[in-house]
Amino acid sequence: MKFSFTNEQEEFRSGVRRALEARSPTTEVRRLMATEAGFDRAGWKKLNQELGLTALLIPEAYDGAGFGFGELGIVLEEMGRNLLCAPFFSTAVLATTAILNAGTEEQKKALLPRIAAGEITATLAFSEESGLNDAASVTTTAATSGATWRLEGTKSFVLDGHTADLIVVLARRPGSKGDDGLSFFTVEGTAQGLERTLLKTMDETRKMARLTFNGVEARLLGTEGAAAAPFARTMQQIVVCLANEMVGGAERLREDALAYVKMRMQFGRSIASFQTTKNKAADMLVDVEMAKSAAYYAAAALDEGDDDLPAVASLAKATAAEAYLQTAIHAVQMHGGIGFTWDNDTHLWFKRAKSSEILFGDANHHRELMMRNWKH
Amino acid sequence: MTDPTEDSVRSDVRAWLKDNWDPSLGLVEWRLKLCESGWGAPHWPRQWYGRDLPVKFNAIVDEEFARIGAIGVAKAGIRTLAAATILAHGTDLHKEKFLKRILTGEDTWCQLFSEPGSGSDMAGAVTRADKQGNKWIINGQKVWTTSAHKAHWGLLLARANWDVPKHKGLAYFILDMKQPGVQVHPLRQMNYHASFNQVFFTDAIVEPEFLVSDVGDGWTVATTTLMHERRGADGLRSWAQATDAKGRIYEEERAEIATTMEPYKWYPQRAGRVDLVVSRARETGKITDPVIRQEIARLLCMSKASEWTARRARAAQDQGRPQGPEGSLGKLASSNVARQAARVHTYLTGSDALLSGKDSPMDGVIAEILVSVPATSIAGGTDEIQRNIISERVLKMPKEPSVDTTKPFKDVPRNIVSS
Repeated sequence: MKFSFTNEQEEFRSGVRRALEARSPTTEVRRLMATEAGFDRAGWKKLNQELGLTALLIPEAYDGAGFGFGELGIVLEEMGRNLLCAPFFSTAVLATTAILNAGTEEQKKALLPRIAAGEITATLAFSEESGLNDAASVTTTAATSGATWRLEGTKSFVLDGHTADLIVVLARRPGSKGDDGLSFFTVEGTAQGLERTLLKTMDETRKMARLTFNGVEARLLGTEGAAAAPFARTMQQIVVCLANEMVGGAERLREDALAYVKMRMQFGRSIASFQTTKNKAADMLVDVEMAKSAAYYAAAALDEGDDDLPAVASLAKATAAEAYLQTAIHAVQMHGGIGFTWDNDTHLWFKRAKSSEILFGDANHHRELMMRNWKH
Repeated sequence: MTDPTEDSVRSDVRAWLKDNWDPSLGLVEWRLKLCESGWGAPHWPRQWYGRDLPVKFNAIVDEEFARIGAIGVAKAGIRTLAAATILAHGTDLHKEKFLKRILTGEDTWCQLFSEPGSGSDMAGAVTRADKQGNKWIINGQKVWTTSAHKAHWGLLLARANWDVPKHKGLAYFILDMKQPGVQVHPLRQMNYHASFNQVFFTDAIVEPEFLVSDVGDGWTVATTTLMHERRGADGLRSWAQATDAKGRIYEEERAEIATTMEPYKWYPQRAGRVDLVVSRARETGKITDPVIRQEIARLLCMSKASEWTARRARAAQDQGRPQGPEGSLGKLASSNVARQAARVHTYLTGSDALLSGKDSPMDGVIAEILVSVPATSIAGGTDEIQRNIISERVLKMPKEPSVDTTKPFKDVPRNIVSS
């Protein structure tokens, strides 16, 4: 297993960081999070064209860059650090992995080049109003009459679901249960009978939508009734990706809180000289570095096809969830009163920590999954 | 002469071993040959039993020794720290008298630093060194002294000047442990073992030539010893694996290892025995309990993340990159892991965790875990000190204002003892 980044990867990271620092200062985050779309189409297109970010994971055969989860993890970590408001996770992680895992060769050729070029945004809709993340809880149905599939049901908590040009949907054959009868479908964002409602989210930087399908025409993605395995694979990949995004945010919070306590004077001395503050800062460093190790390991495990993968993916998510939230709690505390104000930026990451903790299953959920998959 | 390369070192040591390795020799006899040839401590100076080779070649020399099962010099224990300190700060007399017998393993050493009144604050030592005539007279008490009951020599930090600030008044001595003024008593721990000692000095004598540092520089010398102590912890673990090879020299080495490792036999339990958790959960049937599954998973997350963090630090080091923060966190992380492991072992064991010794599961191992884990967050730098080191050296946070570093040590408040 690889335990360090190559010099090329480190250079890549610096380049992405510079670009995101220029494009996504918190003034821009605050402006975009207040909009309904949650991102700026023209700005996002430009950034993506410059850096080719949505092409990263897509193989060269589909006009992508053919990199792995290691590189994708770097980009996500930097985006988490800068709270970039853009449909990157939904497009380049959710939809892309689902299409790569489930699609036929022909479908990949049709769909992935458009994602790689940044022409379209996309997402994956699997959760429903129950908020659960497992295949068994899917109730949306797909019925066929002739060659046409039609979807009935409601998806919720769909990342960027209100703006996505292409939606990958997990649905089941009527009457089927559990892992049986599941299929992926693709739907145009503008499809007839599709009702898209923006949800008001606690973390305003991460937009979510409820999608109601009333006989919406859909195209089958991959093999009918065989989506359980590619969905499981997709879930593993997306929680590892999220863990990498999370450690970037956690590190930013830690750094900002540290810079603040070094500047703040009380009782005639720097509050960074109080042991109670120093102990907290040291514990935060331990939490964040441990979570980074787990996230990096899991990304390398995806690239190298590690046997321990299902367990390791959950381990990375559970570890990142606890570390990010704990760091956010400490960061607000270290700022004191100002840390609870709207004008101070800490709450932006606090809320991202909270939303990331829950998204795709919380730490308890992933610890249980980890135990089920533990091989040793 | 050309600079040594990996290949030249390998072929040199291989050729020398081919001509000289003889398992029928006695352990000391063989190690004397190592001293003569310099292959026992190749990074040491030629003049002092080494070969002046860069330290990076040690691994190659070790490999060649291991390849044919040849035994090396005595490495484990405080003797390594003594050797490093003497090489860096000792006089020619010290080097002459001590280094060879350290390498052969004939002399055993102990480190007389910690005191009942100064643990984390080691520079606050109050063991006195007073000059009478040309000799030094030592009075006071040291504690947590590994192997003091066996040691021939001690590395002693003592206060020789009380009128200057604390770091300035210390001197560093080599103390003859086998004298009437030195009394050694075992120190019993909460886990029933007695791996350490208390050492009492009553007018113990140090001859003038065994002063290592000038009065005032003792702290600097002690820092050298401590630096090597930190590095040495890893070496001990890899060294202490006895082979089962037959022959006199191997038997002598096995006996040496057994003696050296005796104080450390409960150390695996101190770390929490994460390795036992999943199998114990299966055996006890608790693996199906959802609450306990959460706690086990928490432990595995911590333990794996900590292992991978250490691997990251090593990988960065191997690539010649400056060490990132990940290299400073292991000690603190291991405390967290050990505590969580003890918690999980308690849940898994239930009422049987009330028992000890043979009545406790696994022939007492579980009980030993539960009462040994508290040592992890204290020994070798408490969690509190680790946090200070991390916050000050890694995060560059300011020190607490100090109240004892500028005034004469005699005016610094000491422990309040009620009468």
